[in-house]
Amino acid sequence: MGLTVKLRKDTGKFLLDVAWEMGNEILVLFGHSGSGKSMTLQLMAGLMEPDEGYISSSGRVFYDNSKGINIKPQERRFGYAFQDRVLFPHMTVRENIFYGLQRSKRDGREEKVRHMLEVFHLEEMENKQPSEISGGQKQRVTLARALIGRPEALLLDEPFSALDNTLRIEMRQLVMRIKKEFDIPIVLVTHDILEAYTMADKVALYVGGLVAQTGTPGEIFYTPSSPDVDFYLALNFPFLANQYQK
Amino acid sequence: MDSSIIFSLRLSFQVALISTLFVAAVGICVSYVLARKEFRGRELVDILFTLPLVLPPTVTGYYLIVLFGRNGILGSHLYDLTGWSIMFTWYAAALASFVVSLPLMIKTTRAAFESIDRNLIDASYTLGHSEFVTFLKVILPLAKKGIIAGAILSFARALGEFGATLMVAGNIPGKTNTMPITIYSLANSGEWSQANFLVIFFTVISALFLFAANRFSKRIL
Repeated sequence: MGLTVKLRKDTGKFLLDVAWEMGNEILVLFGHSGSGKSMTLQLMAGLMEPDEGYISSSGRVFYDNSKGINIKPQERRFGYAFQDRVLFPHMTVRENIFYGLQRSKRDGREEKVRHMLEVFHLEEMENKQPSEISGGQKQRVTLARALIGRPEALLLDEPFSALDNTLRIEMRQLVMRIKKEFDIPIVLVTHDILEAYTMADKVALYVGGLVAQTGTPGEIFYTPSSPDVDFYLALNFPFLANQYQK
Repeated sequence: MDSSIIFSLRLSFQVALISTLFVAAVGICVSYVLARKEFRGRELVDILFTLPLVLPPTVTGYYLIVLFGRNGILGSHLYDLTGWSIMFTWYAAALASFVVSLPLMIKTTRAAFESIDRNLIDASYTLGHSEFVTFLKVILPLAKKGIIAGAILSFARALGEFGATLMVAGNIPGKTNTMPITIYSLANSGEWSQANFLVIFFTVISALFLFAANRFSKRIL
């Protein structure tokens, strides 16, 4: 069960070299913008090719350069919610969700769409265009579309950064519900420390393309593994420093 | 209006319509490759397809003769096989229109394809859809207006093609004399009243096409 990820990618301007594992839990990739978090998701989804590495989900290998395996994004079965809400502007809410059903058999599609509309409270706007609904609703459609095909894992790239605070709290609860109902690994990228702290079962702290430390939020924030991590946290999140001294 | 003028009007529309059908099909494929694929010599391909837009039509016509003439690089084989040559038929007029109007289609359609948010295409891939399905269900609908604008411009250009057409199809009354060529003949022989009619007709039609193309291209996303 779970995901194993080991990736190395040198773009010339930036070097990413990370490795982590997870079960059916929420792993938060936490760090500054430009530390390689979103790039990790793109590499996992197959939208970009690593120089070397290994990606597997529940024993299925999606990428292994030593064996020459590189499965196409279409066949990786990762649900991917992008940073910018990207609903297809020429399809209604319902059609957007339906479009995520490519992988499933023909019969029962209608019920699946209906179920997702219910789970994500979208019944009343199923025939609206994406331009006619709010930011939070768009994000719910994105999640429904990513999940309807029963993906192996869910990859969320700063999904709530454009939402206001109340909505963000709602969406966090929704992700917790998704974790329960779908029981799949959820990788959540964020640079919001509160989000990392409250959502994560496990945190991978990204610093400059490397994983500085992995662990539970408590371990990361209260027992940094090295002076480097300590320095990074103290420098970037000064309010944590007070906590240590208690 | 005498029947020879009606013939040349009809011929022009027939040539432009056939040419535009091929322009649309070829233009969409070429534009997709130019907009979405990265390969060595991509810009060279773009330049080759765009050249007829800036070359003198006589030069384009000359190349067509070199390629498709009875002794041409491709034309000679065709002639050996079938005893038929495209030269001085209305097909040649359609071919000339095709080559000259294709750049307009490619420029417009490539811009429309490139304006589509990359994330939408990636989203379609991660949802399990192949490149072809993504092309049909996401890229084509979102580029629709640009494609229609390109096709309208190409049709208008094909309708007005003169130079290359004259070189490959000639000016054979009742066979290859399209509207622009007929206007040339009428002006040459001093038949001003008929020429006036065609010139005004042509101007109005072209303005209408430009108006339609603008309406569509303004609304590209």
